[in-house]
Amino acid sequence: MQTLISPFVSHSLRLAPPLPRNSLLNNYHQASPIRLSSHFSTTSLRLFNSGAAAASRDSEMTTEDGKDPRIAKIASSIRVIPDFPKPGIMFQDITTLLLDTEAFKDTIALFVERYQGRGISVVAGVEARGFIFGPPIALAIGAKFVPMRKPKKLPGKVISEEYSLEYGTDKMEMHVGAVEPGERAIIIDDLIATGGTLAAAIRLLERVGVKIVECACVIELPELKGKEKLGDAPLFVLVSSA
Amino acid sequence: MFAAENGLKGDPRLEAISAAIRVVPNFPKKGIMFQDITTLLLDHKAFKHTIDIFVDRYKDMHISVVAGVEARGFMFGPSIALAIGAKFIPLRKPGKLPGKVISESYELEYGHDRLEMHVGAVEPRERVIIIDDLVATGGTLSAAISLMESQGAEVVECACVIGLPEVKGQHKLKGKPLYVLVEPSGLDELC
Repeated sequence: MQTLISPFVSHSLRLAPPLPRNSLLNNYHQASPIRLSSHFSTTSLRLFNSGAAAASRDSEMTTEDGKDPRIAKIASSIRVIPDFPKPGIMFQDITTLLLDTEAFKDTIALFVERYQGRGISVVAGVEARGFIFGPPIALAIGAKFVPMRKPKKLPGKVISEEYSLEYGTDKMEMHVGAVEPGERAIIIDDLIATGGTLAAAIRLLERVGVKIVECACVIELPELKGKEKLGDAPLFVLVSSA
Repeated sequence: MFAAENGLKGDPRLEAISAAIRVVPNFPKKGIMFQDITTLLLDHKAFKHTIDIFVDRYKDMHISVVAGVEARGFMFGPSIALAIGAKFIPLRKPGKLPGKVISESYELEYGHDRLEMHVGAVEPRERVIIIDDLVATGGTLSAAISLMESQGAEVVECACVIGLPEVKGQHKLKGKPLYVLVEPSGLDELC
């Protein structure tokens, strides 16, 4: 469970997050174990808002420190699972965000407010959690949704791009003809870590002449410096997890 | 039941949706005419029609959960959930969900697979719809229904964009209603 702003409450087992709006969600969080550890990471909130007043243009008044008040709710709805998929990793679980109807609605609204009216005709979503956030955004801004998939999932003719994993490589694929040269795209995933996956998605789209307006994620793990892999493509995230 | 037999007969949106779905012969293996919904997702109007039809059907049915089957159920479920004010629950292949899960196995043509859901995602007596892009044998949806019922939730309906001929004439799946928008395209085509 991520805390909100202060890094100073990190050492208690229960990090006293604000009560989630949905009581079901509250029960759900209490059911999930949080391991006591002096290395337990907290979440600091930073709204990465690279130059666009658009994100707050249509929102309610901002808090004193200038952050959109919806961000706090979103951050607190994300569950942290220690040691998944392996020891040492603090996994950012967005499934609890999807259970919080207001937080999920606000997440989509923040992206839609940022990207509507900017001539974006393509929302590309990375398998599989990008498929959850991408389509609602695409529908709201009048864009196509293009799934970027693991190998052999797409049935038609594909182009593919290899990318590095910690051990070995994987491939990302996109259907030939899904996008056209000159189209303007955003790429969506739930989280950016090392940036390898997003970089592969950028390469795939740029190979067919698409302009990447921005990469958009709910969460960033800034220590992993994924932003540096994105080249000229800007990055927009809602929550930064230190 | 098919939408055309259930209040949407002649609705031009159904034709637009059907026309937007691409058939890919011999995928994943010879003899299968694969119904490719990625072309539907490229057609903003048709994609919107798809979501609108489901939303219109479910918005007044007091549904608090939309469950989507990995991975193409993820492309349709969340938009419906957002529009009707329901939670979205992803039902996933083994090993993907990070927290404590319950799982249910189901038959494939050769062998079997498992579907998982987070413990605590759904509560007893919640009203649930389960979404996937296509229903063939109904094996996956049956497993999804079992997962929900094991937690005391009530599956109100299963909903799919496409229904293969095996399900035509069947209104029920494991005792639960099944709602389908269109039949497969181009079954008589061969390239």
